[in-house]
Amino acid sequence: MLLISCPYCGPRDEHEFAYGHEAHIARPTLEQQQTMSDAEWADYLFMRKNPKGVHFERWVHSRGCRQWFNVARHTVTHEIVKVYKMGEPAPKLEQK
Amino acid sequence: MSAQKNRVATGGRIDRSKPVRFSFDGKTYYGYQGDNLASALLANGVTLVGRSFKYHRPRGIVTAGPEEPNALVEIGTGAYREPNTRAPQVELYDGLVTQSQNRWPSLDFDIGAVNSVMSRFIPSGFYYKTFKWPKDGWLFYEKFIRRAAGLGTGSTETDPDRYDKVYGHCDVMVVGGGPAGLAAALAAGRAGARVVLADEQSELGGSLLSERDRTIDGKPVNEWVEAAKAELAGMPEVRVLTRTTAFAYLDANMLSLVERLTDHIGPTATGPRQRLWRIRAKEVILATGAIERPLVYSDNDRPGCMLASAARIYVNRYGTTPGQRVVIMTNNDTAYQTALDLTAAGVSVAAVVDLRANPTGGLPQAARAKGIEIIDNSAITQVKGNKQVREVEVQSLTSDATGVVGSARHIYCDTVLSSGGWQPTVHLHSQTRAKVVWDDGIQAFIPGPIMPGQNNRSISSARGVFGLDAALKEGHQAGAEAAAKFGFSNVTGNAPSAEAEPESQPLRSVWIVPSNVPVGQGGKHFVDYQNDVTAGDVKLAHREGYLSVEHLKRYTTMGMATDQGKTSNVNALAIMAGLKNVSIPEVGTTTFRPPYTPVTFGVFAGPDKGDYLDPIRKTALHSWHTDHGAPFECVGQWHRAWYYPKSGESMHDAVNREVKATRDSVGIFDASTLGKIDIQGPDAAWFLNMVYTNAWTKLEPGKCRYGFMCGEDGMVFDDGVTSRISENHFHMTTTTGGAPRVLSWLEEWHQCEWPDKQVYFTSVTEQWAVIALNGPNARKVLEKVVEGIDISEEAFPFMTWRDCKVAGVKTRIFRISFTGALSFELNIPPSYALQVWRALMDAGEEFNITPYGTEAMHVLRAEKGFVIVGQETDGTMTPQDLGFEWIIGKAKPDFIGRRSHLRSDTKRTDRKHLVGLLTENPTEVLPEGAQVVEHVKDKPPMTMIGHVTSSYWSPNAGRSIAMAVIKDGRNRMGQTVYLPYEGKVVAAKISKPTFLEDGAPANG
Ligand SMILES: [Zn+2]
Repeated sequence: MLLISCPYCGPRDEHEFAYGHEAHIARPTLEQQQTMSDAEWADYLFMRKNPKGVHFERWVHSRGCRQWFNVARHTVTHEIVKVYKMGEPAPKLEQK
Repeated sequence: MSAQKNRVATGGRIDRSKPVRFSFDGKTYYGYQGDNLASALLANGVTLVGRSFKYHRPRGIVTAGPEEPNALVEIGTGAYREPNTRAPQVELYDGLVTQSQNRWPSLDFDIGAVNSVMSRFIPSGFYYKTFKWPKDGWLFYEKFIRRAAGLGTGSTETDPDRYDKVYGHCDVMVVGGGPAGLAAALAAGRAGARVVLADEQSELGGSLLSERDRTIDGKPVNEWVEAAKAELAGMPEVRVLTRTTAFAYLDANMLSLVERLTDHIGPTATGPRQRLWRIRAKEVILATGAIERPLVYSDNDRPGCMLASAARIYVNRYGTTPGQRVVIMTNNDTAYQTALDLTAAGVSVAAVVDLRANPTGGLPQAARAKGIEIIDNSAITQVKGNKQVREVEVQSLTSDATGVVGSARHIYCDTVLSSGGWQPTVHLHSQTRAKVVWDDGIQAFIPGPIMPGQNNRSISSARGVFGLDAALKEGHQAGAEAAAKFGFSNVTGNAPSAEAEPESQPLRSVWIVPSNVPVGQGGKHFVDYQNDVTAGDVKLAHREGYLSVEHLKRYTTMGMATDQGKTSNVNALAIMAGLKNVSIPEVGTTTFRPPYTPVTFGVFAGPDKGDYLDPIRKTALHSWHTDHGAPFECVGQWHRAWYYPKSGESMHDAVNREVKATRDSVGIFDASTLGKIDIQGPDAAWFLNMVYTNAWTKLEPGKCRYGFMCGEDGMVFDDGVTSRISENHFHMTTTTGGAPRVLSWLEEWHQCEWPDKQVYFTSVTEQWAVIALNGPNARKVLEKVVEGIDISEEAFPFMTWRDCKVAGVKTRIFRISFTGALSFELNIPPSYALQVWRALMDAGEEFNITPYGTEAMHVLRAEKGFVIVGQETDGTMTPQDLGFEWIIGKAKPDFIGRRSHLRSDTKRTDRKHLVGLLTENPTEVLPEGAQVVEHVKDKPPMTMIGHVTSSYWSPNAGRSIAMAVIKDGRNRMGQTVYLPYEGKVVAAKISKPTFLEDGAPANG
């Protein structure tokens, strides 16, 4: 059970949250949508990273404040490297 | 009272003034208060307690703890029966009923033992290969395997016990209440930290409970334990949990523990039986001790073969000996303590067979001084006896210990104890997914570096540092350091101390104790008792190329029984390493996963069962439905009135009557469960434009519009009517089941994609009760009770809404329809809903107003071809597939899912389309889900072109009606298709998905 620190409420048990998906996937603008191929659109829709290491993902405090936020989480150790609000850039990570 | 022939004269922590009656396999025995089932059986001389899993060999008690692989018993009767409990962990209580497992017809005479004779026909890998190949093998073998699989059988009755769940938080969690854990809890507790100390046994003390003559700080260990208990009990921030097993170590220092509250009392107890603890600690101290390894020698599974440390626990703590004449085989010094303790209790120790030459450590010297014979550089090569050890043969080892030389010496005995060294209990450490590393010095796995994000430390024997004084020092230091990390640095008192350990010599690893015949060709060298895996099986796995630890496990099933190989994993790895001629860590390490010991499902369910499993949502009109005999249909958490049977009516009769009356005159329906979301803000209209496929900007206040929501993949996600209340205020309705996910969807897009838009979403599902009046006479009924507005068609047209009063109650009426009939949907504050409903019933009496339930609602909407998202759609249907091309806002630049509607696949004209199906025989009602084919063959497979999504008897159409999604369906109008099911083939014609051409239109 992860311990996730909601940026609005503080540390809470994983039970209170729901996982969304990979963070920082920008929705193509209308102009981009009009020029992009089906394959490029499918890439936006379906293709997601699956790193062995730190993954940037978004979660929602669904049984709490209902706010979405981002989490940088290590997929092997489950360590939560950083929690940051929507709109904030992904943290730069030290190369290990 | 039957004689307890193995009970020693004095000693032990049992209360000899309190006899306890229990039964095993129908026979009554007596033990004492403080016994466990294993100690009581041993005291009574019951050494045969089970049959082995595969070969049905007679088995006895091997250990004195949770690692027990053999003595698995069923306890309790009837609904209380619980299988696979480990006898050393079952506390004795008066009236305890226990049974052996995996034997038929009786433990003493077991037919399955023929497997033992047949063993060369079911070699290791039998299961593995059966699962793997040939592909039909499993079907053939399943019955055989299921019958042979020899674990106990659970009760099929409802669990009568209650269970509890609780969360806990602390600074320092100490797992294990032995000397190290006690010292840690005392140090942290004295500093003022919040501490939880958990131990799986009935009382604190751990190994100290089976010490004979040790002292701590000059006091006998028992006195020190009592003082420690009293001190801990007096600390307000310390919680002590006994009979509590930490069975899982989860992420971020969360431990799951099960506290057994009444298992030691039995079914007569009151209160919950067990409690599930989930404790989040800032720091965890693992003082879980170590488990002794058995030696792998020939026929080491005869009843009477036991771990040396277990015998020591039985004699010192429980005042019972496993037998009258004992031979001990060891590769290290610790077993000599057992020899000394048994001798002190008056038990005859015939010899200690030491695999090492000339042991000169402190304990062997003490044994010699007591006159105990030591046979060094030797091994037990044969164990004779079937249901009880009768005799052993001992021979000298060759210099490399792979064989024996010289003549065999016969020693009569009824018990063989062995010690193969100690494996730290690294399970919880390993459960955090941290590695274990091999320690050559103690020939065992010890905890490696901890996982990032976890705060724990293993101390004392749990990390392979043995000895009482070391345990106390490490415990004290760990407790003090952990407390100090959280600001509790004022530790009072010094570390407790104990006298130095006797000087000892290193162990000698002889992973397969040789016999006088090659391994696998005579007696069986058991490695994993519970799954009947022998050294010969490991050899076979090696010969067949299953070399890695993961292959070895699957091939032999080694370590995969309920004991998770607590006594067998290291031995198996070491044997494989020897065969491959590599080091043990090169073969691999084992990873332990929760649970440490089996946990009953009941404790996970806790109180969340029956009516408490999930919340039940009832509408404001629920009591009226109940009073009028409606059965309820569960839709998500909602309980909705299904139909209202009159006396003598079947469901079919009632539904037909309700459907007919609504279409002919007027029906009344509780639509309160409809999802409702209040949307406000200057960007509300902009937002609706993005989430719906159609345009909303120009919708005027006072008007309503139907819309589809799609996912970004273009597929239908939800539908409903949304109304504009004012310029910046909308009222959205969703499907009953879809309300939570639609609200989450809106929030996610707003917060994550368009956070600068000013718009706010509020669930108002339960703030409005909804009563739908449907049918040609709906207006006439409403006219009698409405105040403040003109409800004529001209003044209050279709797809508009008005505020008014109905029966004196402020009401918002929407002119929307889910039946295709003239309809008014009344939104009322829930507290007044019953009053309005009754007023409408009175007003409608002259029109035969008929309440209808969800079943009639389904038929009514299907008659007009209205879709239900989730019934006509399944996540692969676009609005266009459903025939709603018109609802896509062509002029709209962007909305969620728009780009996906332009994909070549979604633009295809031969996708599956929503169509109607009219069976050739109009009385034939198709089953929903039935597959549609174009060409019938005499048997499957046939090419399926679609399936039935909704199907009913329509009393208004006077025939069966069905909706279906069929490939290229809209281009097949009038075509006859076939539905093979239940041994017949039904022909049906494809039609438009509307079935009442002449019914009153919705805006009539
Ligand atoms: Zn929150």
